[in-house]
Amino acid sequence: MSPIIKKKGEKFTLPGKYLLFILTLLCTGLIVITFSTDLLSAPISAVGGFLITPLQNGVSKAGSWLNTRSEELVQIRSLLNENEELKAKIDELTMENIKLQQDRYELTNLRELFDLDSQYDEYDMVGARIIAKDSGNWFHSFVINKGYEDGLMIDMNVLAGSGLVGRIVDVGPDWAKVMSIIDDNSNTSGMVLSTSDALIVSGDLELYAEGVIRFEKLIDHADRVVEGDKIVTSNVSDKYLPGILIGYISKVNVDSNNLTKSGLVTLAVDFEHLEEVLVITELKQTVEE
Amino acid sequence: MKRFLVSVFLIILCFLLQTTVFHWMEFGGIVPNLMIVLTASFGFMRGEKTGLLYGFFCGLLIDIFFANVLGLNAMIYMYIGYSNGKFNRIFFPDEIKLPLILIFFSDLAYGFLYYVTLFLLRRRFQLDFYFWHIILPEMVYTILITLFLYPLILWMNNRLEDSEKRSARKFV
Repeated sequence: MSPIIKKKGEKFTLPGKYLLFILTLLCTGLIVITFSTDLLSAPISAVGGFLITPLQNGVSKAGSWLNTRSEELVQIRSLLNENEELKAKIDELTMENIKLQQDRYELTNLRELFDLDSQYDEYDMVGARIIAKDSGNWFHSFVINKGYEDGLMIDMNVLAGSGLVGRIVDVGPDWAKVMSIIDDNSNTSGMVLSTSDALIVSGDLELYAEGVIRFEKLIDHADRVVEGDKIVTSNVSDKYLPGILIGYISKVNVDSNNLTKSGLVTLAVDFEHLEEVLVITELKQTVEE
Repeated sequence: MKRFLVSVFLIILCFLLQTTVFHWMEFGGIVPNLMIVLTASFGFMRGEKTGLLYGFFCGLLIDIFFANVLGLNAMIYMYIGYSNGKFNRIFFPDEIKLPLILIFFSDLAYGFLYYVTLFLLRRRFQLDFYFWHIILPEMVYTILITLFLYPLILWMNNRLEDSEKRSARKFV
């Protein structure tokens, strides 16, 4: 007799294996739906914003406070030494700064002549704090504490310090999920700053353990690209604004097809110690198809 | 009802700890997997059904926040919870070896399934790298945390069972 047929007076219970079967079907359905459409993203972000994000925000703040205090104690001694060094460096940099300001003055004049926008410093940016990181150890996405109520949208670029961190892939009322460029499934269209040669920077979990990620499909017949060249986001990327620093080339190899080159990139951003990020509240201009 | 509230509280607590506080004390970039500890523990303490429900909701929570497709983690965690439930028959509360072994292998299974679904299918064949650098460290760290977390979970479960028994007796 089937175990789900109810006997008289007996309380109805669903055996485990039937429940397992039903939930498996449900999961498969959800996977298919979310993989092919984005029907479910609105209710999901509502749940997240309502329930979890405020809590994560609080816990994260408390945790980072404790962490900072304990690190402070350890670091005081080394900070004293560092202070001396930095003071010496300030003098050095002040001199350099004066020189650069003169250059900049010249640059602005030249730009006006060429009628070009200066990049980067003219983007409108919003600061945000990282409140949670990926629960597992496989990817490097994280959640920040601002969402569409602060004007953020999907595909906005996220920076930290001077380099590119990633882009927003999911947004709720007061939170947004950022996929970083070191994520194993992330590919970023970039170019070498000095020669404007296009290439693809792709995140790689294995290489990231050594502190670098991979670039591919660089076409450079003239052999002008050398180690140490800056890689920035390319003009032709449809998600990233142009000219944002990604990192520096640390190794170049010729691919076995003898046409393209690939190699390693040292990143401009220290992903291990990210706390605050900047979001550019401007989307890359795209052409409607 | 009490059990339901405690479960919701536990799942959310573990999720919050795992995504926030534990990232402040990661070793070599690895965080322990509290959700697996929770799912597996309730699996072998309470049986298949509780295990699979715990797994489903733990996984779903992770999916909602960090996954690109909804339901994959839910499915993996659910099967892990269900398989742990199979060991309910040989589970005794004052024996710690079985829970440690089960949680150890649950995390291994999780790591392996996650690798197969999200990495192997994208042509990342270096299983040995992923095993030595991610799956194994995560297992070891998770087991370390289990030594502290599991007694708490067990204690909470015993308290719940006591109070359920008491209220059941009242009605008889």
